[in-house]
Amino acid sequence: MSMEQQDKPVKTTEKKISRRTLLGGALATAILPVTSVFAKYIQVGVPAIPDPTKQPGPLPGKVGTRSPFESPVKKPSDISSRTPLQDLYSTITPSDLHFERHHAGVPSIDPNQYELLIHGMVERPMKFSLHDLKRFPSVTRTCFIECAGNFRTGKEDMTVQEILGLTSQSEWTGVMLSTLFRELGVNPKATWFLAEGGDAAVLTRSIPIRKAWDDAMIVYAQNGEAIRPEQGYPARLLLPGWEGNTNVKWLRRIEISDAPYFTREETSKYTYPVKDKIRMFSFEMDARSIITYPSFPQTIERGWIEIRGIAWSGRGKVVKVEVSTDAGKNWIEARLQGPVLEKAHTYFRHLWHWDGSETEILSRVTDETGYTQPTLKQLIDARGKDIGGYHMNPVTAWRIKRDGNVVFKPENHK
Amino acid sequence: MLKKLKLRRSHALIFGGITIIGVVIWLWLSYQNKQKWPETFGYGKTATQQDITKLDIDIRPDGKGLPSGSGNVAEGAVIYTNKCAACHGADGKEIKGVKLPGPPLVVGGGKTKTIGNYWPYATTLFDYVRRAMPYNAPGSLTDDEVYSLCAWLLNENKIIKANQIMNARTLSKVEMPAQKLFIVDDRKGGPEVK
Ligand code: HEC
Repeated sequence: MSMEQQDKPVKTTEKKISRRTLLGGALATAILPVTSVFAKYIQVGVPAIPDPTKQPGPLPGKVGTRSPFESPVKKPSDISSRTPLQDLYSTITPSDLHFERHHAGVPSIDPNQYELLIHGMVERPMKFSLHDLKRFPSVTRTCFIECAGNFRTGKEDMTVQEILGLTSQSEWTGVMLSTLFRELGVNPKATWFLAEGGDAAVLTRSIPIRKAWDDAMIVYAQNGEAIRPEQGYPARLLLPGWEGNTNVKWLRRIEISDAPYFTREETSKYTYPVKDKIRMFSFEMDARSIITYPSFPQTIERGWIEIRGIAWSGRGKVVKVEVSTDAGKNWIEARLQGPVLEKAHTYFRHLWHWDGSETEILSRVTDETGYTQPTLKQLIDARGKDIGGYHMNPVTAWRIKRDGNVVFKPENHK
Repeated sequence: MLKKLKLRRSHALIFGGITIIGVVIWLWLSYQNKQKWPETFGYGKTATQQDITKLDIDIRPDGKGLPSGSGNVAEGAVIYTNKCAACHGADGKEIKGVKLPGPPLVVGGGKTKTIGNYWPYATTLFDYVRRAMPYNAPGSLTDDEVYSLCAWLLNENKIIKANQIMNARTLSKVEMPAQKLFIVDDRKGGPEVK
């Protein structure tokens, strides 16, 4: 049957019925008897489903939807919203589940009004429309973005999402910042640039210019489509491996300078005590890993279990992930899912036979600089007791209870 | 015989010449290939001074960017009460057991990290308040109001005297107690935990 015929009314003896109704209309009205064995597994609100082999399904649509049986959701607070990492099977975060952190809400920006101004220590100050940005030679790159304040602990019933759900990964597309800088004639004496957002916080960060010549990008696409408003629509700065806050969203202005600005976000915030000093301009996110399966609130059964998780480093590639299934006494190298990308969430797996006894499972990553993910104790030894919440990447342990329940092992740090 | 030889020689010259030209063209083309990015793509527009002035609101610790105008502590107190106290509390201090909509701005009894004991530069205060506060109406304050609020906040934090005027010259000279505490990131990867 040709495409044109699809929506044409089909003549029946009684009246005209659209072919669409005929083919796809039955599902919505179907009701499954509550006495069915199957029914108790169906959540409230999910449509009851008759035998799918006995009735054609709905016709092709304009936008896809998740199965009504799947409901991964972000966990919002007043200031952020966390990715349900425990519900994901690989490293790309679906765009609508990408974590959010913003300082004055999500602005709505008309892409036709949008302009990026670049000025300061340049030969030609310029402004680019979104259309201009899209015309430049483009680059696609997969990397994670992690908020520098991505650490929670305190109680056993915490999910991966609650502990460190402020990290997500996308495939980003845009223009290299160096391509734009080449266009402007940046003064070789410039050492920093200021990036400014067009949201109600007009958020600013100072960035060393070396990052612009290295791998910084201005991106307008996320996982193949236009970037989401929560992620900076219509364009944001992408600084692979650097703390989330520096990846300024809704980017409206860049000023090239020979000194940092010491903005509120890089002094009052995103700094942390190290012994009797305060560390600032901590850009790179150090290597970190977490087991996402099994984790709270999942339960396991005796027998073979594939331990799964993600590992990443803001300084390059993950070289190895080790897993311990005996509370840290012995460590075994996990399998890494290739291709292993630089500054990217990397999936790891390790097959384990659980004999039903109580234990703790942990993971630790080593990156290509030779840095191994520290324990909380190592971090406290290095930085002091008043450690704050930024740039915390400790090894995370899950307790396996005899009944198969999995709970987080919270560690006191204050 | 001689004629033939001459002919050959001229042939050789021609062929040799063609070969040399060919090689030169080939080299030139492959050079062009590597250089295939143009000098400039020509996208975008030159920004005018007006375009820049409209957006350029940032301020550096050396005072670069501070506007003209001035403010004082007494006026700052009035503006603070009207425009800030609802979220940051009547005196800007942390109140035990109360969660205000905004963070504390004045060093109180507790361990609060705020302007007086944590902020390294006073210029940051002007820059941030002018761009982002009050939270519900960012960008609505005049430069004089922002100078007055800086004066009041710095005085409440016991950094400047009550009679000190804040302007482009004085604000960048204010020495913040916490400045000496700040160090630049010394982590660098490798085996050491820092
Ligand atoms: C509607 C509530 C509200 C009002 C009114 C308000 N603020 Fe705020 N203020 C906030 C919130 C919320 C934050 C934290 C924003 C963030 O974390 O990004 C904040 C942050 C600040 C900070 C930074 C504090 C720090 O430690 O980093 C300063 C300074 C500040 N406000 C000053 C002012 C001044 C001055 C006024 C009056 C002109 C004002 N605020 C009015 C809610 C408010």
